[in-house]
Amino acid sequence: MNQEPTPPTDAVSGLIQALNRLPGVGPKSAQRLAFHLLRASDEETRLLAEAIMSLKQKTKLCSVCLNVTGTDPCRICSNEQRDRTKICIVEQPQDILALEHTGVYYGRYHVLHGAISPTEGVGAGDVRIRELMARLGDGSVTEVILATNTNLEGEQTALYLNKLITPLGIRVTRLARGLPFGTELEYADDVTLTRALEGRQEL
Amino acid sequence: MTRPRNYQTEAVIIKKTKLGEADRILTLYTPDLGKIQAVAKGVRRPRSKMAGHLELLTHSQVSLARGRNLDTVTGSQTIDGFLPLKGDLELTSCALYLAELTEQFTADHDENRPLFELLLKTMHRLCQDTDRELTLRYFELHLLDLTGYRPQLGRCTACSQALKPETNFFSPCAGGVLCPGCQPTQPAAHPLSLDALKVLRWLQDSEAEDFGRLKVSRPLSREMETLMRACLRYLLEREVRSTAWRDTLREQAAPRQVAEEEGEG
Repeated sequence: MNQEPTPPTDAVSGLIQALNRLPGVGPKSAQRLAFHLLRASDEETRLLAEAIMSLKQKTKLCSVCLNVTGTDPCRICSNEQRDRTKICIVEQPQDILALEHTGVYYGRYHVLHGAISPTEGVGAGDVRIRELMARLGDGSVTEVILATNTNLEGEQTALYLNKLITPLGIRVTRLARGLPFGTELEYADDVTLTRALEGRQEL
Repeated sequence: MTRPRNYQTEAVIIKKTKLGEADRILTLYTPDLGKIQAVAKGVRRPRSKMAGHLELLTHSQVSLARGRNLDTVTGSQTIDGFLPLKGDLELTSCALYLAELTEQFTADHDENRPLFELLLKTMHRLCQDTDRELTLRYFELHLLDLTGYRPQLGRCTACSQALKPETNFFSPCAGGVLCPGCQPTQPAAHPLSLDALKVLRWLQDSEAEDFGRLKVSRPLSREMETLMRACLRYLLEREVRSTAWRDTLREQAAPRQVAEEEGEG
């Protein structure tokens, strides 16, 4: 196989390598992006560079819910309008964006930053459960909504949290699992269909 | 011989890793092709038709297309989703342990139908109400048997003398039991009680159907677990990852179990 031709300068090849490490960016895309930036205006590249720099400098984890935020506590946790008695538990910050987009949830969140995955060596101590339990300690929370993913790891995490939280006398609920909107029944798997039947509702 | 471009196989999904934005690499254990890896495209999207059929610990009929590097999953249909198992934290941890052992002890494309059947049978067994630990010991012993590491439990591995009914020793690196006379030659040997030896021997030679009647005390069960764990660790040269999670769950259940035992006594 031919080797990739060496780019003209170290600066270009350095950028290509850096871009190449990003998810979903292959060597050709990295090259295209690098040469695009080379031709772009100074203003454009400066804005991009600043945006990347401030990403790390100006963001931190909210001390309450562990969401990614610019202010601490984050906008959701410091919003007095939001229901303090409900906490929705998600695996990653992106999940909050998805839930917020629906506009129907007015409680707060807690980000676990992962899910329990025994075969990959991720145990209960490797996700942010301790912080969650500390939040539940003061008795102001009456309901915990488990919104972990519906795959095996997410389910395991949900079952485990249920076991930890139920003894505290807090209501634990799980997002309904059933048929996603816009799908066809014949392709549904057994688990989904079983859950959908179990959770059927009157129209 | 040219192989067909598309093929179908039964498989148990024993491992999955993320690939790119919405894809996964799955490790499938199959009856005729052994362990294979395949790319499942788009299964991390919510509307994927295949995702539910390709979750870990699912027994599925899978269609694959040969690729240059990895094969691609083109379709799948669940045969058994092991629902009772997935709704229970401890049972899932046991089944993940089976999957990890299967994954670790096999090489790609190494056909081993009895092992496939052992895996399925053990998963079904976990769904029934049986002694989980014995079920796992049965699996471990037969897994070692089917992959060529069968521990020698009948005679001393050093002097080949029949073992006397006394406390013997179990040595992972000698590959079986040592009599007290030969034990000093192997410093890393664990003491092995007569009861544990009997149960292990019996599990090694029995068929899965008939050990449901066996009752084993908790200390004996722990002893056998410790021995098998040492043995597996020696062969894999590392800890089995999912055991840590099983230990966590057990520690939490511990106060309850102690209470139960006191109640029994």
